[in-house]
Amino acid sequence: MKIIRTEKLTFRYDAEDKGEPILKSLDLEIEEGTFVAVLGHNGSGKSTLAKHMNGILLPSGGKVWIDGMDTAEEDRLLDIRRTVGMVFQNPDNQIVANVVEDDVAFGPENMGVPSPEIRIRVDEALKDVGMYEYRTHAPHLLSGGQKQRVAIAGIVAMRPRCIVLDEPTAMLDPSGRRDVLETVHRLNREHGITVLLITHHMDECIGADRLIVMSDGQIIADGTPREVFPRVEMLRGSGLDVPATVGLMFELRKAGFDLPLDALSVEECAEALYRVFA
Amino acid sequence: MSPLIETKKLTHIYSEGTPFEHVAVRDVDFSAARGEFIGIIGHTGSGKSTFVQHLNGILKPTSGSVLLEGEDVNGSAAVTRRVRGRVGLVFQYPEYQLFEETVRADIAYGPKNMKLGKEEIEQRVLEAADFVGLEASLLDHSPFDLSGGQKRRAAIAGVIAMRPDVLVLDEPTAGLDPRGREEIIRNICRYHDAVGGTVLYITHSMEDIARFATRLVVFNRGQIALDGAPEEVFRHVEELERIGLTVPSVTKVFSILRSRGLEVAEGIYTVDAAVEALLRLKGGGGNA
Repeated sequence: MKIIRTEKLTFRYDAEDKGEPILKSLDLEIEEGTFVAVLGHNGSGKSTLAKHMNGILLPSGGKVWIDGMDTAEEDRLLDIRRTVGMVFQNPDNQIVANVVEDDVAFGPENMGVPSPEIRIRVDEALKDVGMYEYRTHAPHLLSGGQKQRVAIAGIVAMRPRCIVLDEPTAMLDPSGRRDVLETVHRLNREHGITVLLITHHMDECIGADRLIVMSDGQIIADGTPREVFPRVEMLRGSGLDVPATVGLMFELRKAGFDLPLDALSVEECAEALYRVFA
Repeated sequence: MSPLIETKKLTHIYSEGTPFEHVAVRDVDFSAARGEFIGIIGHTGSGKSTFVQHLNGILKPTSGSVLLEGEDVNGSAAVTRRVRGRVGLVFQYPEYQLFEETVRADIAYGPKNMKLGKEEIEQRVLEAADFVGLEASLLDHSPFDLSGGQKRRAAIAGVIAMRPDVLVLDEPTAGLDPRGREEIIRNICRYHDAVGGTVLYITHSMEDIARFATRLVVFNRGQIALDGAPEEVFRHVEELERIGLTVPSVTKVFSILRSRGLEVAEGIYTVDAAVEALLRLKGGGGNA
């Protein structure tokens, strides 16, 4: 089942603009239940792509279907936004209420969910992101990572089948980043929610089922992280990098050692090195 | 060498005497000499941003003092004013602070406040733009027409144009991609080499800063928990992780190799050093 499908998706901000489009005829299919990371340099078009996933932006050319619904059909917009929830970079811009649980209730309230049901959804969503004990706190006193998890809970409470996160960790410290990533992986694993994670942190892509690399409005690589990260020169050539584990293996291979380029995690990398150097 | 900037028993308490009282910085003794490039690391709320905001008198200590070349920066209003030009602070997301009609006017704002002559100001604007890698042709544009990365550079140039002896940057590369991060750090290094002052660079990205800094200072709960050369600080893998920081993955890989009995050095944190250490283990030769 394809929850997201784009066909020749092209986008330019200005209809009069004769220059290069931001997205150039993208064909993309996302299988429901998968965890997909999208990597790309600043200006590669990855955020523009994300904003097409629930109709914030509409294609200048081509089509986007969400669960079979064409995003250009205005009367399907509400259903589309119930299907795909968005989380943005800056948690401060996404928080609307003075109390954490009110903030999480905002989405379902607007969807017309009955009150007793909202109560249940808010509690569950806060437990899902590990913020239940903060439910009566004021959001502005939370750390960045905690705020971002509240923002995610606000989306989860709307029970979307897919969550698109646009650089959700860019403003967070390492422990905040770790908490947010673990939360998103858990939602994917335990609730089968499709995740599209937009990022330019290589390390955040290691645990994904699939890694899509964008450059200048096009998809330049698409596969499992194990398939994509060994393409060190291609990634570096497009302003990105590889995880340090891969970078280390890459240098050692140049020095003549027989090491795999797809030992992505710290443990795998250490194991591979141990075998050669012990 | 005598310190360029130092703090003595610096303490800052927010909302003192109210129920919201919070000690953000506690009894911090710190000193930095000319020429040092210091990475300042700590999780959110560790006190690092509060600390650096004392260095040019934006925040006043609750107790303790800040000295620039031995002079108390809060000694008098005149001293504080002078210090503002000598200790330059680049805040997080500085591009939100651009406000002038042209990039040129925005970069010139600091030097103008220092009451420099017109020609001197113009020269500093060009020099600062060059340091951050901003093309001169962009100077007459509105700052709001620039891309995110260019805005960030323009904002940093505005501080560099004052030619501060101490340049403090609070996460200048947040939100940039690897190439953008690398360029900004390189430009700051170039400024540092040319001016020979002190750079204090706050970051969450240990992997980035470790390659450039001559010294790392780790904040935790308002105090300095670790202070030393990068290879020294990264020996404390467990302590760093306990206080909510992550060590570079290369350091983690090496800590596993050591625990399995491989004789590799502690405190390895860059890919280059890792390669070198492993090659030494094999006597330099490959097996291909």
